[in-house]
Amino acid sequence: MPITADEPPAIEFRNVFCRAGGREVLTDLNLQIARGETLILLGRSGSGKTTTLKLVNRLLEPLSGEIRVNGVSNQLDIIRLRRGIGYVIQEIGLFPHFTVQRNIGLVPRIEAWPEERIRARVQEMLQLVGLAPDVASRYPHQLSGGQRQRVGVARALAADPAILLMDEPFGALDPLTRDELQREFLALQRTLHKTVVFVTHDLHEALRLGTRIALMESGKLITVAAPHDFLRSTDPLASAYVRAFGDGLESALNRSTDDRGTS
Amino acid sequence: MNVARYILQNHVQVLELTWEHLWLVGLSTVFAMLVGIPLGILIAHRARFSKPVLAGANIIQTIPSLALFGFLLPVPWLGERADRLAILALTFYALLPIIRNTYTGIKGVDPAVLEAGRGMGLNESQLLLQVELPLAVSVILSGVRVALVISVGLATIAAAIGAGGLGEFIFRGLAMVDNRVILAGAIPAAILALTADLIIGWLEKRLRPS
Repeated sequence: MPITADEPPAIEFRNVFCRAGGREVLTDLNLQIARGETLILLGRSGSGKTTTLKLVNRLLEPLSGEIRVNGVSNQLDIIRLRRGIGYVIQEIGLFPHFTVQRNIGLVPRIEAWPEERIRARVQEMLQLVGLAPDVASRYPHQLSGGQRQRVGVARALAADPAILLMDEPFGALDPLTRDELQREFLALQRTLHKTVVFVTHDLHEALRLGTRIALMESGKLITVAAPHDFLRSTDPLASAYVRAFGDGLESALNRSTDDRGTS
Repeated sequence: MNVARYILQNHVQVLELTWEHLWLVGLSTVFAMLVGIPLGILIAHRARFSKPVLAGANIIQTIPSLALFGFLLPVPWLGERADRLAILALTFYALLPIIRNTYTGIKGVDPAVLEAGRGMGLNESQLLLQVELPLAVSVILSGVRVALVISVGLATIAAAIGAGGLGEFIFRGLAMVDNRVILAGAIPAAILALTADLIIGWLEKRLRPS
């Protein structure tokens, strides 16, 4: 998706360096993420993809450089910034002592929406992620992994943020459930057009869900490419990835276009 | 049975002293919670305070109780009334289990849950009140339970400085070499300890996050 000249990118990294635990975890990151696109951060553990994600909602602070969200850098009110950004991590991020209703209604409640509106919104969200209305009264431990993950997505979307950060959200799921959720994710994106930053180490997932893939290694951004171009990339690391995942990658791409319902 | 008859004959005084005992234990535990829970929260969030605070509470625990009562006797306002003094001493002893369990309970909250909360825009006090404390509450309560049971036993010694409570029977019985009198203090004290244990245990189960 091309970046239009008249509006700023949803997220922009400019010369960002980040240190954690005495070592450099991000080196000179420059990256623009356009409104409505799904940018995949792909790389192995420790490559800096989660760091990049957490810089967006300021769970981490950069050593130097600039991160602009909606054209604004260094928003002073971090809490406000975060409430405008959905955040999904692996299923353990749900509050175990809250019902599904309260988990999904979390941000609306702290934003002091009226109770009626929260309830309606929770039901709307449950329907959106394909869960039955009666799930609302259950606790996370009473749900399956796939259901929990759906609740996580519903919670992130509840206050209708323009940006969604997803940190290996489907990583802990069995292949069938993962496939299902990936398909639903694409269907959701087709209607919601959120700006999504999605961390994964699974190339299949990256090709299927992403509009662009940013490959990272040792804190550096190696290359950014659309899925089709990624498969044909001459970059040694990208082609190593493609080789490692072997056959069937083209089919991931095809499936993705089928699911998107576009050519 | 002799003891039963003795207790029945003196039931007014037994009830009175039990009430006094309950007062000493209850008030000191409430004070210890008011001080200990915030301290526990503080040291769970500020690691550099955790060692000195826990060490301090540990040291208090090692002072023999009779000696502590004695130390506090010359303190101006406190020394005037034995019950004030006893309540302060009992508060000191109840601190360690409450601080330590608050600390442990909050430290035990899954960091992923906290990070999710923070990432969604909860501020620090919302995180504390809506996430950390509810998830730590059963661990904190089990600290209160330990503190209560210790206090019920310890409060019997407060009678030595004239603070009242069921210890009066025990000391009197010791002086009279009469087991019936000792038991008239010891049995209600044991019942108090068991009841407190049961009630808090029940609360703990009810409030434990599923």
